[in-house]
Amino acid sequence: MVVAQSSPAAIDAVPLRHPWRWVGAGVILVLVGLFLYGAATNPAYGWATYAKYLFNERILLGVWNTLQLTVYAMALGVVLGIVLSVMRLSPNPVFQTVAWAFLWIFRGTPVYVQLVFWGLLPTIYQNVQLGIPFGPTFFHLNLQSLSIPFLLAVIGLGLNEAAYMAEIIRAGITSVPEGQTEASTALGMSWGMTMRRTVLPQAMRVIIPPTGNELISMLKTTSLVTAVPYSYDLYSIASREIAARTFEPVPMLLVAATWYLIVTSILMVGQYYLERHFSKGISRKLTTKQLEALVKAQTEAGHV
Amino acid sequence: MTEMVRADHVCKSFGALAVLKGVTLSVDRGQVLVLVGPSGSGKSTFLRCINHLETVSAGRLYVDGDLIGYREKAGKLYEMSPRDAAKQRRDIGMVFQHFNLFPHRTTLDNIIEAPVHVKGAKKSTATERARELLNQVGLSDKADAYPAQLSGGQQQRVAIARALAMDPKLMLFDEPTSALDPELVGEVLAVMKKLAAAGMTMIVVTHEMGFAREVADQLVFMDGGVIVESGAPREVLSNPRHERTQAFLSKVM
Repeated sequence: MVVAQSSPAAIDAVPLRHPWRWVGAGVILVLVGLFLYGAATNPAYGWATYAKYLFNERILLGVWNTLQLTVYAMALGVVLGIVLSVMRLSPNPVFQTVAWAFLWIFRGTPVYVQLVFWGLLPTIYQNVQLGIPFGPTFFHLNLQSLSIPFLLAVIGLGLNEAAYMAEIIRAGITSVPEGQTEASTALGMSWGMTMRRTVLPQAMRVIIPPTGNELISMLKTTSLVTAVPYSYDLYSIASREIAARTFEPVPMLLVAATWYLIVTSILMVGQYYLERHFSKGISRKLTTKQLEALVKAQTEAGHV
Repeated sequence: MTEMVRADHVCKSFGALAVLKGVTLSVDRGQVLVLVGPSGSGKSTFLRCINHLETVSAGRLYVDGDLIGYREKAGKLYEMSPRDAAKQRRDIGMVFQHFNLFPHRTTLDNIIEAPVHVKGAKKSTATERARELLNQVGLSDKADAYPAQLSGGQQQRVAIARALAMDPKLMLFDEPTSALDPELVGEVLAVMKKLAAAGMTMIVVTHEMGFAREVADQLVFMDGGVIVESGAPREVLSNPRHERTQAFLSKVM
């Protein structure tokens, strides 16, 4: 190895110029400016109404209800999705068949139809009884006496979501190399522990991006719960409640769109951090801490 | 009892394909057995049968006197529950060709994973032991590195430490150096030699004839699912009696 007598000067080159990028950005800016000007001066947009209702109490209630629907339905979907995907991949044929049948039904029918069905549940099954068939009853519940559209909406959205989540999670699980399962088995881990400690954490990297998609999609699908009928979500309040009264649908749709966009943006930030957490160990790149330690070791060695 | 592993006419077929056609051998406690043979000869399959990663189709396999994978009662065999099979594997360490370290855990966490979660060892005790083992395989400075940041040789040494952390009575090596760059093979073999010298019972599938000659107590040459020839490594390597052994050795040496 040849050792240089004096280290060469650090490179200070003229950076490559990209003039067309500037031109492109300029054109787009002009077009956006024209559109914004048009929108601001067009009375059809009803900006006064928009401003008046953006932080309206009913609207905020709608945002809150939509958020709750999204979170509960998604939580149900993810938990049930994990169970279903693990069932489909388990060596137990009973589990496999049950999971397959669930997916077949819930992916094979429109979510709107499912929501209508859940809404009709208290009409179809007016009484719920727990007991021995043709024998004594231990528990009795009159479904029609309850007012549970929110709960039914969550169940309807959640069960439908579970079917999709199950496939996403299954794809994640099968993406983990077989050697990982083998190594865990060889160490004496049970099948369940192998899933929990080895396979699922690695599958998360593949599962999270499409799940983020599903979550954002769920946020917007909640606007279908009017089928149950549940009418206190963001979209129902903005369009059916307020716009139907004020006869100004455009500003109310903009209000709803603004809130959907805000919530989606927040969710995207959360997804970024989740993805970072579960990509641990994937890259050969050193973490900041490890890099600092190496630099320190190098400088110490250099002073010898 | 000095016998650690006894294979009695072990057969294994995948559907109609017979991979093992009656393998009989025995390994004493503290002995090193090296299995060689052309690819497809069934040596890896045999190794995987020993810790029940594959189910034996016929014959019997005993480790430390225990029948692997089944319970024998009054001449009848009962399939073992997954829980009992897992319990048997705890005492048998295995090292794979492609290391199979857990990429989402640091070196240290890879090693303490099974002691803590399978055996229920205390985390502090397991960590202490893991650092000892890392020191043994010469990687004490890599405790916090992730597998992807290590070279192949380093990963394989971590994998050996991970298997040793369960205090196995038997170690199985499935071509542990076949996926390594030539200059990294030596560091892994050195760790294995040290382990053999310390009295570990080992079964090693490998193409490293130098290692076999130096470390093995018994060399077994397999081809077509049967043992063609076996004996002291020096004997087999320098004076192969069987034609197939001669042909194989002339290619790898």
